[in-house]
Amino acid sequence: MKLTLRIWRQAGPAEPGRMVAYEVPDANPDMSFLELLDVLNERLTLEGDDPVTFDHDCREGICGACGVVINGQAHGPRERTTTCQLHVRSFADGDVIDVEPWRSVAFGVVKDLMVDRSGLDRIIQAGGYISAPTGSAPEAHSTPVPKPVADTAFDNATCIGCGACVAACPNGSAMLFTSAKVTHLNLLPQGGPERAERVLNLVEAMDAEGFGGCTNTGECTVACPKGIPLDSIATLNREYLRASLGRK
Amino acid sequence: MRSSFAPLNFWRSTIGKKTVMAVTGLLMLLFLIVHMLGNLKIFYGRTEFDHYAGWLRTIGEPVLHGAWYLWIQRFVLVLAVVLHATSAYQVSRRGLKARPTKYSHHQRAKAGYATHVMRYGGITLALFIIYHILDFTTLTLNRHGVEGAAYDNVVSSFSVWWVTAIYIVAMICLGLHIQHGFWSAAQTLGANRPSRDRLFRGIATGLAVFLTAGFLVVPIAVLAGLVD
Repeated sequence: MKLTLRIWRQAGPAEPGRMVAYEVPDANPDMSFLELLDVLNERLTLEGDDPVTFDHDCREGICGACGVVINGQAHGPRERTTTCQLHVRSFADGDVIDVEPWRSVAFGVVKDLMVDRSGLDRIIQAGGYISAPTGSAPEAHSTPVPKPVADTAFDNATCIGCGACVAACPNGSAMLFTSAKVTHLNLLPQGGPERAERVLNLVEAMDAEGFGGCTNTGECTVACPKGIPLDSIATLNREYLRASLGRK
Repeated sequence: MRSSFAPLNFWRSTIGKKTVMAVTGLLMLLFLIVHMLGNLKIFYGRTEFDHYAGWLRTIGEPVLHGAWYLWIQRFVLVLAVVLHATSAYQVSRRGLKARPTKYSHHQRAKAGYATHVMRYGGITLALFIIYHILDFTTLTLNRHGVEGAAYDNVVSSFSVWWVTAIYIVAMICLGLHIQHGFWSAAQTLGANRPSRDRLFRGIATGLAVFLTAGFLVVPIAVLAGLVD
């Protein structure tokens, strides 16, 4: 397959960037999108050019390190698929593909397609934990969790913190990410002791990072590779309201 | 930094502002339903409509003096509009600042048209409210402009085609605003659940159509000569 990649190239955080077109004449349909970038980078390196910088780690869709905007869509055209799990066969021979970094004032471009997502880490630090006594694991049945609660908490725990929600949101909002953490931890009895403090701290940290507010457009949930639903944002709002009214 | 005064923290947060927007929006929606139903009294004729319009100014008597209730309601509604617009402006500004760089490959929005036009619709409605008050409350722009003669004032305004056109555009904006706004309020107030999502969206669309049609039937009836 012959593909043309138009990639955002930016030498550093303060440098100006621009879209640069590269041809990849030998793309294999079975490659992942990251492998396509690897093939391009190998050639760029051999030709003495600067390879394209992008984030990646596990390459099996569970770590949250990778993520670029492909043809205007975070993680590309396939639903519930991270960039590393997207295959070249999702495109047609001769396609021109635009590849851009996540865009948000809270995610500064480090270089090319790599952005600084430490804002999400600071949100997690503000409340993405529970207080638990150390020592051996407690007997699992000592804390009963209703099945629907466990299921919802687990669905939200699948958030890998990739930042696609922020990239897709027209307001650059991190509400879906924050709501996944709140829904995951606030519903479970283990998260009960910090229930009110957690949501207040997480939202305060989220706002402090400069992320925009939620206008319920729903773009985030479409982009999310883990399918975190918009309902989690309703849960976040409910938990925030509850905590603001002074309930523990 | 978080203040020890909880309402201040609430107002400072994005979710707090959205909550204010939702509550004031629902309050205005409630007013609009009553307003629209009251307008329909015009079809019972001049005497009954003018009598109704006069009563609106004296609600609460004799417990409350004169037009006290009217002024309380006006104050609450103006406060609602101001809080709604202020929070909308601040949240919008924040959103625009948070996403300064657009993608060079245009992303087709998954959200519907009503969601897309919320901000423009809101500004249009704010301008329309000013025009509407100058037309029928202060009677400054009204061609008939006789206090107490509500029926004739309405007929004189809507007999002009472009006045009716302004109202049609504004009411379509209102419908679109409510269609996204009502569901969005349910989401913001945390009242929405997966099991209720279709219900809330249905009510939102129902209210939008009900209010737009209910408000427009009067100017269109006047223009068509059914009310004169």
